[in-house]
Amino acid sequence: MNTPANLKYTKSDEWFDPATGKVGITDYAQSQLSDIVFVEILVDEGDTIEAGKAIASVESVKASAEIYAPAGGKVVAVNKGLADKPEAINTDAFGEAWMIQFEGGSAGDVMDAAAYEKYCKERSH
Amino acid sequence: MTYIPISPKERDAMLETVGVKSLDDLFDAIPVKHRFPKLNLPAALTEMEAMDELSGLANANENVRSDLVSFLGAGMYNHYIPSVVDHMLRRGEFYTAYTPYQPEISQGTLQAIFEYQSLMSALTGMDVSNASHYDGATATAEAVNLAFAQYRGKRRKVLMSPSLHPQYREVVRTYTQGMELESAGDAESDLELSPEAFASQVDDNTCLVIVQYPDFFGRVYDYTKLIEDVHAKGALVCVVANPTALAMFKTPGSMGADIVVGDGQPLGIPMWYGGPSVGFFTTRKNMVHKMAGRLVGETIDSRGQRAYVLTLTAREQHIKRERATSNICTNQGLIALGTAVYLSVLGKKGLRQVAELCYQKAHYAARELNKVKGYKVSDGTFFHEFVLECPAPASEINAHLLEHGIIGGYDLGQDFPSLANQMLIAVTEMNTKQEIDTLIEVLSEVDHG
Repeated sequence: MNTPANLKYTKSDEWFDPATGKVGITDYAQSQLSDIVFVEILVDEGDTIEAGKAIASVESVKASAEIYAPAGGKVVAVNKGLADKPEAINTDAFGEAWMIQFEGGSAGDVMDAAAYEKYCKERSH
Repeated sequence: MTYIPISPKERDAMLETVGVKSLDDLFDAIPVKHRFPKLNLPAALTEMEAMDELSGLANANENVRSDLVSFLGAGMYNHYIPSVVDHMLRRGEFYTAYTPYQPEISQGTLQAIFEYQSLMSALTGMDVSNASHYDGATATAEAVNLAFAQYRGKRRKVLMSPSLHPQYREVVRTYTQGMELESAGDAESDLELSPEAFASQVDDNTCLVIVQYPDFFGRVYDYTKLIEDVHAKGALVCVVANPTALAMFKTPGSMGADIVVGDGQPLGIPMWYGGPSVGFFTTRKNMVHKMAGRLVGETIDSRGQRAYVLTLTAREQHIKRERATSNICTNQGLIALGTAVYLSVLGKKGLRQVAELCYQKAHYAARELNKVKGYKVSDGTFFHEFVLECPAPASEINAHLLEHGIIGGYDLGQDFPSLANQMLIAVTEMNTKQEIDTLIEVLSEVDHG
């Protein structure tokens, strides 16, 4: 399991980069979902988002999941190319497969890498 | 597989678990005197007697196969059905099979649905077809669901053409109540609008425009420009099409439609008593994840053999669950199979021939009717159905026609008070020249009378 140390993590398996404001889903989440075949970003540039509200929806061959905002703020960019390449979530969850970028607002309930790794291990038992 | 659900042993185990001694104990709450009330039924009949009575009742019906000549359409059409269609539908493998969830034992049903989908995509000129809906009206309502989901509820207005089938409009209303959708376009004064003028009502709150092809009044328009205009305003267009007409006219897919739906009844399905029917639903590849129902795909199994599976089941039973865009997850499998058999037997040329026969006969009827004093056929390009203006209320004329064994046209006054003396006449390949001539003869008597 890949868990970059510079990122923050949520209990619902999103990652959040405090330096850039980018958001995506974790390596653990993509491996649980298996092959991802569809992704839809549910917010537009300029939208105001609240922590815990759905920002995207992904569909794999076996499940569908909503992706929630890890913090509140204003959306400054959405990854428009991702819809044509949903498999990037499986191959590069922390890089190419970022979903939205946002700024400002209040941080939600997030963990650091070590705490998230521990949280994932607990769930796999 | 046995259809006996439980063994006596299993039943006793269940009774013990719920804490009763016998099945009868479960009915204790119902007072004894109400459990087996006297039903006052007549004495039982023998099979021979029952058959005699039922045949008598059945023979009291009049039907378009032997008793009556029909010029009634308005959504259901009297076409010839090759006998092979019924033979295929009655095969036990198709007749009794239900949902093909288990591809290992459902290859025949799955392949049949796959063929149906391929035929519908080809006919409409669209990328993908689902495995079908109940009928044309419910398929139209599902188009609204798709458009609503496509804009994630940010656009809440649906513009339905005034010349959309009035019953389809009603079904869309019933289906979408509670979604806080606004529907527009049904003012009777809008009936005179050209498609382009109608499309000018699209605004930035409109998610979908629905037009019919040929429209409810039988008229054929090229919607290319309308679709361009609606797309420029950011909304989607659904075309409700008659599948027979698609064999000779431009496909809605080539006009740029986003969704093409319709009723499959003209494709080898009897009119019965108005149903059951089958609704086809086709769309563009990029919207397939928002499409209701199910979709069968072709793949390769572990031994490299061609195989079929339910491939996109992002429905509320499987993947999407409460986030699904529709609560429809079934299809009209047997009847969809009927249309696939019909299309396969006729082929591309055969279907075109049916369409041309309908077209030529309808145009002969229109031309001759226009010559009869007191009657007038509406202007415009049409396929196999047209509006006839009559010298008296359509209901009176139809009553007179019925005395001569003819079912007349659809009385437009039922839905449009301003069209009280107008009827919609449908002519198909089933109507002989002699029948058309008789219709004209009887109608001219009405005027003289």
